[in-house]
Amino acid sequence: MDKRKHTNEWKRHRVQALWAFLTNSYLAGFVQGKIYRGKLKNLCVPGLNCYSCPGALGACPIGAMQAVIGNWNFKFAFYVAGFLMFVGALCGRFICGWLCPFGLVQDLLHKIPFPKKIGTFRGDKALRKLKYVILVVFVILMPLFVVDILGQGAPFFCKLICPAGTLEGGLPLVLLNQSMRGAIGWLYAWKNVLLLVTVVLSVIIYRPFCKYICPLGAVYSVFNPISVFRYRVDKEKCTGCGVCKKICQMQVDPVENANHLECIRCGACKKACPVDAIRRF
Amino acid sequence: MRRFLKHPRAGILTAAAGLILMGIGIYRGEMSVVMAKAINICLECIGIG
Repeated sequence: MDKRKHTNEWKRHRVQALWAFLTNSYLAGFVQGKIYRGKLKNLCVPGLNCYSCPGALGACPIGAMQAVIGNWNFKFAFYVAGFLMFVGALCGRFICGWLCPFGLVQDLLHKIPFPKKIGTFRGDKALRKLKYVILVVFVILMPLFVVDILGQGAPFFCKLICPAGTLEGGLPLVLLNQSMRGAIGWLYAWKNVLLLVTVVLSVIIYRPFCKYICPLGAVYSVFNPISVFRYRVDKEKCTGCGVCKKICQMQVDPVENANHLECIRCGACKKACPVDAIRRF
Repeated sequence: MRRFLKHPRAGILTAAAGLILMGIGIYRGEMSVVMAKAINICLECIGIG
């Protein structure tokens, strides 16, 4: 069973890595310390991928949403909301499991051995709701209402929280640009502390950013129960052995709810099921 | 509503609604805001602004 699980995991990691490379393949950006400025940046990528990453070819949907909501001219982001609705309705949190570069980073960090990995803890379930609060407060309300004299709101989630922006954009750009090194201050330090905390926690807890913080995961989770790509459990085949629940690193019980909000469709339960009771819809 | 959510076509209909919203956004010119933000280094995102 373990062998089957690992085979599937590495297959998934290969897909994640390939997608991360494809969507961040402006390699000249990493050499010159610049970002891609072509027309592909009109389009959002499905995962959390900072558009200020030197290699990024597309726009981060969470950053794009804040940019449009915070723009004095619009105040509602039909384009990005429609994009998230479209992708979410087709795939749900499959995006988190397979196509998010920051998800891959956390997956790999969690492979680092640690004496006591934490699966769940007291308050875990309540803490999972934090990502919805972050989505509403930092991604929607603050860019909408906390505005400057021109009526422009800042991307507060990106500015104050997002460790993906620090990892993918902040670190490489500051390392590659002397002028930027001179401009760093307390905010840069704060964001690096958050990144460091995320890195350390990812070694101990499986995908802590996805579980508790990510507003993109919060959006996609809403579509999990209705997405075209979803799971179902064949109740006639299921023996109730509990292997699927035990193997799930997001602490989902597929027998109870195969399309739980926290399921990232990694497929570990499907592979682990000894009677193949878990299937795609 | 609950019946709609359980319907196998709920995902397809919602995806179609998403495409319509995207169309409205593109018509309103939101893409240019996304583009303008994405092609310039976002100082807030990287922790400088």
